[in-house]
Amino acid sequence: MKRQLLALAGVCALGVSVAAAQHITAAGATFPAPVYQKWFDEYHKMHSGVEVNYQSIGSGAGIQQLTSGTVDFGASDMPMTDAQISKVKVHTLHFPTVLGAVVPTYNIAGVTAELKFSGEALAGIYLGDIKKWNDPALMKDNPGVKLPAEDIVVVHRSDGSGTSFIWTDYLSKVSPTWKSKVGANTSVSWPAGLGGKGNEGVAGTVKQTPNSIGYVELIYAIQNNMAYGSVKNEAGAYVKASLATVSAAAAGAAKEMPEDFRVSITNAPGKTAYPISSFTWMLIPSEIPDAGKAQAIKAFLQWMVTDGQKMTSALAYAPLPKEVVAKETKQIAMIK
Amino acid sequence: MATQTAVLERTAVRKTAQTGDTVARLVALTFASVVLLIVAVLVFELWVGSAAARHKLGWSFLFSSDWDPVTEKFGAAPFMYGTVVTSVLALLISVPLGVGAAVFLSELAPASISNALTFLIELLAAIPSVIYGMLALFTLVPLMRNYGEPFLKKSFGFLPLFRGPAFGVGFLTAGMILAVMSFPFIISVSREALLAVPRDQREASLALGATRWETTSQVVVPYARLGILGSIFLGLARALGETMAVTMVIGNDPSIHASLFAPGYTIAAVIANEFTEATGSVYPAALVELGLVLFCITIVINALARILILATTSKGSKRP
Repeated sequence: MKRQLLALAGVCALGVSVAAAQHITAAGATFPAPVYQKWFDEYHKMHSGVEVNYQSIGSGAGIQQLTSGTVDFGASDMPMTDAQISKVKVHTLHFPTVLGAVVPTYNIAGVTAELKFSGEALAGIYLGDIKKWNDPALMKDNPGVKLPAEDIVVVHRSDGSGTSFIWTDYLSKVSPTWKSKVGANTSVSWPAGLGGKGNEGVAGTVKQTPNSIGYVELIYAIQNNMAYGSVKNEAGAYVKASLATVSAAAAGAAKEMPEDFRVSITNAPGKTAYPISSFTWMLIPSEIPDAGKAQAIKAFLQWMVTDGQKMTSALAYAPLPKEVVAKETKQIAMIK
Repeated sequence: MATQTAVLERTAVRKTAQTGDTVARLVALTFASVVLLIVAVLVFELWVGSAAARHKLGWSFLFSSDWDPVTEKFGAAPFMYGTVVTSVLALLISVPLGVGAAVFLSELAPASISNALTFLIELLAAIPSVIYGMLALFTLVPLMRNYGEPFLKKSFGFLPLFRGPAFGVGFLTAGMILAVMSFPFIISVSREALLAVPRDQREASLALGATRWETTSQVVVPYARLGILGSIFLGLARALGETMAVTMVIGNDPSIHASLFAPGYTIAAVIANEFTEATGSVYPAALVELGLVLFCITIVINALARILILATTSKGSKRP
């Protein structure tokens, strides 16, 4: 018994000493930064040898740092393009970590009812084609709600952000006009409206400006008790964003998930799927020369897709559906 | 013998004094060249960093008003316009107020009040700009939307400057918050300049029978005009480079509008907003090139300031 304990202690000590050298640096997206910090912190408590220093400097900057090799791995709210992947010396693997969603929020004088939006109506508003709240398209989505004959003040993000990417990616899918005129990116040439800096800038402007509409991250809306509208999904149902409906969107998309996980799940199939949802990814090199580091990163990823997922809901991030976790486990084995 | 040692001692003293001078000169020279070096590195980095955008877009970058990261079409015109308009608006508001306040503090107010107020004004200069931005977003914007802009529209609506929907955010509000922010610099530096005017000047003027107002406006202020101009350019520099407060209230729309109520964008604001998420090669380079443009605007304005100072100085010296 004593010997066994000793051996166990020895193994533990060995494990710790092997891992002791692992200082991992990572950089990228700001949107999942709170849950990443929580994960790295919790993981460090359990494996004192592994320390991850994550800098939330934005998806674009994260990809740049990964390309130039100044970080061990990156993180991004939008999947890397083929051109970006070809620039990195080592092939980069995408690992979905959590899910986010973007919700429409509005402030209309005299309207307290929760509004419903179809994708076409949202695209029309953001294109500047739908100018008044009592437009037939909006009246059709919201029977029984008395919408005023007032001009719509459109508010969008002014800073480049994954939130804008998800929003414009969705509008591109539901509106051919949007796709050809504007497109999807972290910043676009907005046809209409005012720009607010950050979620707080958009939320503040919408709150203050009568008859305005904007979009914010679901987490931000939940944490600040903001009212937001439901959106018509591909199956034709009006769905309100919540952790469950966002995970449902991921599950709906999981069936057609490509091997490299680079997939947009906006307008995903499924009756309960919320259509403006997205994965956010960790970008991990497929070959890590330092064996100890590779082992530590693999172990962390395995923990993240299993135990780590249990911590996401408390921070208002939607956890990955089971189907995705199973596929990711296979991909973890590909890291060398 | 005694005189000889004295001479020797004196030369020794002179020698140490001379080495001291040389050391001091070298140290000062080093510090001065560090400044030059920083400017040179800055220009070099901006030039190299913007290469991709300069090659792809050429001179059209300066005149185009497209800003479309999706199709990689970039133009600096709306940002240059926004930067200049908001800074000019800021100066239009803050110069009369700032110089007026400085005259009051240095010429009219009792010393105790003057010192207390100056302390408070210098505190204003130390407030971080994000605080000014919040203040503007939550206080100034609603005031402008509900009272300020409707009033201007009603009274001066015949001018194209005051037309269009009143959002509250836009050029005018951004100019106002910039005015508030450049205000402390103008007051505090102008006040120092006015206080540095010799007593003799004032007394001579009063002795010649000038009233207090005539003395202030025709003797003291002209005497201190270099310092006052310096304070104005300090304020302008703050207005040109300000980022956070402006982006929170300007509306962030890269387009050129005649109306001051319309939303706009400034160079510093767009760099801060879009740089973190800019991917590809041309997009980040275009943002760096905007930085280069801002640098050039600053140089041009500073050069104009020098010329203005030189012109007014020679005019002043010819005065009888």
